[in-house]
Amino acid sequence: MKPFVRPFALIVAALSSLPAGAASHEAQLAAYASAARAASPAFAGFSAERGKALHLRHFAGGKPDTPACATCHGTDPRAAGRTPAGKVVEAMAISITPARYTDPAKVEKWFRRNCTEVLGRECTPLEKGDWLSFMLGQ
Amino acid sequence: MIAKFSADFPWRSLLPGVVALAVSAVVLGHAQAGGRHYFPPVDDPLVVEECGSCHLAFAPSMLPAASWARMMADLKNHFGDDASLDPAVAAKIAAYLTDRAGDRGGQRHGEKLLRGVATAAPDGGAPLRITELPRWVREHRKVPDWEWRHRDVRTRANCTACHVDAAKGYYDD
Repeated sequence: MKPFVRPFALIVAALSSLPAGAASHEAQLAAYASAARAASPAFAGFSAERGKALHLRHFAGGKPDTPACATCHGTDPRAAGRTPAGKVVEAMAISITPARYTDPAKVEKWFRRNCTEVLGRECTPLEKGDWLSFMLGQ
Repeated sequence: MIAKFSADFPWRSLLPGVVALAVSAVVLGHAQAGGRHYFPPVDDPLVVEECGSCHLAFAPSMLPAASWARMMADLKNHFGDDASLDPAVAAKIAAYLTDRAGDRGGQRHGEKLLRGVATAAPDGGAPLRITELPRWVREHRKVPDWEWRHRDVRTRANCTACHVDAAKGYYDD
């Protein structure tokens, strides 16, 4: 085997040993990280703590009925939430709802809609990465 | 031996039973009549996913085709919410809904709900809220205000709060 092949084979082996969900989570966080770095050179990684604060914070810029993520999702990410129209929203915590966050387009769709409703603007890549880190650690 | 009608027989004691039978016959009759409140539920996973995340994926037969077309053309302003979708996905859903709309053939229940509704109204005129259809308003006129405000109801769009089998298409109860 040629010497340069070995590290490549190792990386492939490492990636393929990850569950599909985890690989997708890593890829999405990496994409948000490079966007965050592009937005601010001072970017030093995501923080689940900041994500938690974001989830609970009350914003004034969005719709009065939905001042926080927690308004519908609840303050406990491991508990189910409820939409204003009465529909149950499965828990956001990955440990409770493992099927979540596997489709990047779906994740982006809900960030776009819900950030607009709650914050009155789209979320930044830093906010998305922080929030996602929080939920992936729950 | 043939049983004869006898004055000795305790007919009076049977009365409660007869009354109970009569009442249950009436109730059963109503239940069967109520079976007409059936609106075939959404059976396409894409439509369930995109139209049923925030609220029940409402049955297509509850609105005329013109309403669905009007609604799907402005998802950015969906009753005050941004429900915008990828245009290709939105087109598929619009086709699904209009094909099964209440003013398309074979939708007996939708037809009833849509009685008196200007189904042919072109752009702009078609109703968007199921809960503003005259028939809907009449059917729900006896629901008191406090029930609508109940924390398990909160909105008239929350069908399943009272109609437990709404997701299956049944609105009898």
